[in-house]
Amino acid sequence: MKPRQQRMLAVGLAALGIAIAAGLTLRAFQDNMMFFVEVSDVAAGKYPKERNFRIGGLVVGGSVQRDEGSIDIRFEVTDTACTVPVTYSGVLPDLFREGQGVVAHGRMGEDKVFAADKIMAKHDEDYMAPEVADSLSKHQQDIQQAVAKGAVECGTSDS
Amino acid sequence: MWKWFHQLASPPHFYRISLILAPWLGISGLILVAYGTWQGLFVVPMDYQQGDAFRIIYVHVPSAYLSMMAYMIMATSGAIGLIWRIKLSHAVAAAAAPIGAGFTFLALCTGSIWGRPMWGTWWEWGDPRMMSELILLFLYFGYMALRSSIDDTTKADKASAVLALVGIVNVVIVHFSVEWWSSLHQGQTVFKKGTMDADMRIPLFIMLIGFTLLFGSMLLRRIRTEVLYRERRTRWVREMILSPGGGA
Repeated sequence: MKPRQQRMLAVGLAALGIAIAAGLTLRAFQDNMMFFVEVSDVAAGKYPKERNFRIGGLVVGGSVQRDEGSIDIRFEVTDTACTVPVTYSGVLPDLFREGQGVVAHGRMGEDKVFAADKIMAKHDEDYMAPEVADSLSKHQQDIQQAVAKGAVECGTSDS
Repeated sequence: MWKWFHQLASPPHFYRISLILAPWLGISGLILVAYGTWQGLFVVPMDYQQGDAFRIIYVHVPSAYLSMMAYMIMATSGAIGLIWRIKLSHAVAAAAAPIGAGFTFLALCTGSIWGRPMWGTWWEWGDPRMMSELILLFLYFGYMALRSSIDDTTKADKASAVLALVGIVNVVIVHFSVEWWSSLHQGQTVFKKGTMDADMRIPLFIMLIGFTLLFGSMLLRRIRTEVLYRERRTRWVREMILSPGGGA
């Protein structure tokens, strides 16, 4: 084997070794790499009990309740299968609205209500002009229907 | 083809070619970026949710793409230098690092400025996309620090090439972070169908090409200085400097 081929082999094997090591490490830390916990996992009780974590999902349409004269807000998040109620008191990001993806940071209460201390809006990968978006509001209705249908599935699978 | 390739790897030949090529890349890049900026700021309609804030995408996406592109160029030329012992390719790797670090910094800054009004946060520790892009910046810093800490150029080339190769893992993570894990950062837009209207997407592609051309021009200019320094004791450099044109 020529020295050049030896070097090629050495670099190739080293790269392969690093790739495998990195892959295994990432697999081991899979849960820690997640930025938020899915709503279904939270509903099934798979979340950190004694510490803060983030929950991510869509704001259920019509679920947002604001207290008159205060900044307290209560709403439900869903992943189209399960829903979890969230309470929050503070400033909301511009993109917060019903049907919008949000990430809430906080802690799960005894009453199974998620008490958030920070709300972030999650933007999706779609960009379009306002007039195009109007004609696409059907998309929102589809989400609502999926939410209504999914809530039943979540209840039956959990009980 | 191979002959042309070997010729290109010879420093004096590369030096002459880059002298001709760099201004053209720079000028065409500037024209495209100017056109794309005008389109992005004044012509493109605003986004249905984000309003005008989305326009930062025309700087953010090209910077983020180049932050990874520069790293891949740096690592690949490092590997070529290790295997084929081509001196020029190590010069390419050394020249690419600061430019890549610059674009990484720009991507992080523009993302943060956009994130404050849209997400409601400047920075989130724990988001895989943000963390891996920050690690990319630190990898660039580490690479440059390693290079400058070793006096012997040949040794510095080898050591930094190995570091660059190991760091490729992180570039893969940056790219797939939004698919493998849940994140605050949104998923892929640019090369996915139906995610962006054509009148928003086309200026983005113009910016991508323009940024790439500008990057090419910057890279060539930096390689040229790197080559001059590395070959400072050779005859061709001396002859060129002493020649009537002075090697401008």
